[in-house]
Amino acid sequence: MQQVKASTAAAASRPATQWLRKNRDRLIAIGLISPSVIAIAVFVYGFIGFTAFSSLTRWDSLTPDFTLVGLRNYTRLFTIDRFLSDLRNTVTFTALFLAACLAIGLGLAILLDQGVKGEAIFRTIFLFPMAISYIVTGVVWRWLLNPGTIQTGSSGINLLFERLGLGFLKSPWFTDPTIIHIPPDSWPGAWLVQNGFGVLASPRVGISVAMISVVLAATWQMSGYTMALYLAGLRGVPDELREAARVDGATELQVYRYVVLPILRPITLSAVIILGHISLKIFDLVVSMTGPGPAFATDVPAFFMFDTTFRGNNFAQGAAIATMLLFTVALLIVPYLVYTTRTEAEL
Amino acid sequence: MSSVPLPMSRQSRISWSRVIIYTVMILFLLFYLLPVYLILITSFKSFDQVSLSRMWDLPNGFSLASFDRAWNGGEGVIGMRGSFWNSIQLVVPATVISCLLGSLNGYVLSKWRFPGSETLFTLILFGMFIPYQSVLVPLVEVLREIRLYASIPGLILVHVVYGIPITTLIFRNYYATVPNELLEAGKIDGADFFGIYRHVMLPISAPGFVVVAIWQFTSIWNEFLFGLIITNDPQLRPVTVALQNLSGSQFTQWNVQMAGALLVALPTLLVYIFLGKYFLRGLLAGSLKG
Repeated sequence: MQQVKASTAAAASRPATQWLRKNRDRLIAIGLISPSVIAIAVFVYGFIGFTAFSSLTRWDSLTPDFTLVGLRNYTRLFTIDRFLSDLRNTVTFTALFLAACLAIGLGLAILLDQGVKGEAIFRTIFLFPMAISYIVTGVVWRWLLNPGTIQTGSSGINLLFERLGLGFLKSPWFTDPTIIHIPPDSWPGAWLVQNGFGVLASPRVGISVAMISVVLAATWQMSGYTMALYLAGLRGVPDELREAARVDGATELQVYRYVVLPILRPITLSAVIILGHISLKIFDLVVSMTGPGPAFATDVPAFFMFDTTFRGNNFAQGAAIATMLLFTVALLIVPYLVYTTRTEAEL
Repeated sequence: MSSVPLPMSRQSRISWSRVIIYTVMILFLLFYLLPVYLILITSFKSFDQVSLSRMWDLPNGFSLASFDRAWNGGEGVIGMRGSFWNSIQLVVPATVISCLLGSLNGYVLSKWRFPGSETLFTLILFGMFIPYQSVLVPLVEVLREIRLYASIPGLILVHVVYGIPITTLIFRNYYATVPNELLEAGKIDGADFFGIYRHVMLPISAPGFVVVAIWQFTSIWNEFLFGLIITNDPQLRPVTVALQNLSGSQFTQWNVQMAGALLVALPTLLVYIFLGKYFLRGLLAGSLKG
């Protein structure tokens, strides 16, 4: 039937056949992509919608209860000690992890860009942790940073420091419950307390020292990736530009400061967004390396959500944490996505 | 580079900067290799050599006892052998399906654009950044409903679906570099949608397939959260979940843990060592550039 139709159309007019054929192919194209589109619509957007909805309900046991309770699950979160610790830890982790990865990544990329012998070997070794599971990284770094006890004596890297005569570098690592914060009895602390900002001078707002161990392991895993991003960018800087700057009398440092770094700025933006959203979501590494830690010193929202939902069966509360997590990630990712795809379309 | 000899002062300044560069690089090399060194010396030790105070000592000879224990189990350790088979059963089909799906999606979104297809692509891409915690509960419910919960096929489905954004992205960017004239020529020769795919796109797709296959293989092999939640059955655990259980239950047998960690890391490390160039391409694509 269809063949008959097509040939009659061809007899009628050639452009019409082409139009038909073009549209048939286009319909096939749309038909082929639709299973994926439907899958994403259901598994991403539908499921997010369901989670967001259940965060507004009373579903706090294995039996679903979809009575709407408004934003109660969200407001309650801010009274839970563990969640407040998670917020503090996420800020600590994100800030330190980003700073470390960007500094090491850019530094190593610039060094490798100097025409180093054995560059391929260095590059391969700097980047290999990216190929490894966070679980492997966590298991190994837990062993590496295991501080030992009074009974057993030092172990892990502490023992290595001792042997190398670097005993002053010894640390309790991820077992350290210390939170560095503004002391409330210092003068800025007292001022904050007096003016109703007491929380800023409490352990609620500060740096969880145990988290630094997790940052160390995560940096080990991801700094090579940051280096690779920068290296790809550096390779894209035309040699003529650098040469022109040198001819104008710029020193090597000035070439980097005024020519290379400004070109790398978009890469820094990408790196901040990719690494930033990874650090908001961090889960595997914490589970395998430290767990929640002493007084939740290394706990993170993704882990709290997991515990609340799958161990505590408080599904609505878990959904509220998950929704907040998604919301913060979306704040970072959506503008970037829209910006990137739009600039690409203009090209 | 110039054949004119440089003045002494400049020459020595250059060599000093070289010394600094190499020193810094070697220090970082040590930082990246320290865990590898520890994993190797610990996992090849025999059980009687394992003690905290001697953890940095080299093993006396090579003992494979730790690997045997990690692989086959015994003395309270659940062997990881079964989980390797589970991971292979999971990774191979999921990677193949992801490649085919990604290739078709990429072809459509690069060469058969339709009104709204760019917006659609952006909406699909968002899926690769979400924290999976925000979909877990309904995901489990739906998998139960279609009887795929606590099964390897269920896990395959999940990895294929959440792999759609990245695989589509890589293929779309790859096919975007194919000149449209080639397609036009194919159309003039009478090739239709599938004809062009079969005769124009597919023959030049090999690098795209390698990049996507490596990416999916690595990320599915290394994935933990879905494995933990969806295979709620010790018999079906993938390797990452098995390793986490191994280290959670046996806090003292560090040598067994390190052997297990090495076994889990080995397949993806080998891929990285032999196909690093393609691995890197996938990594860079993940940042939406390149």
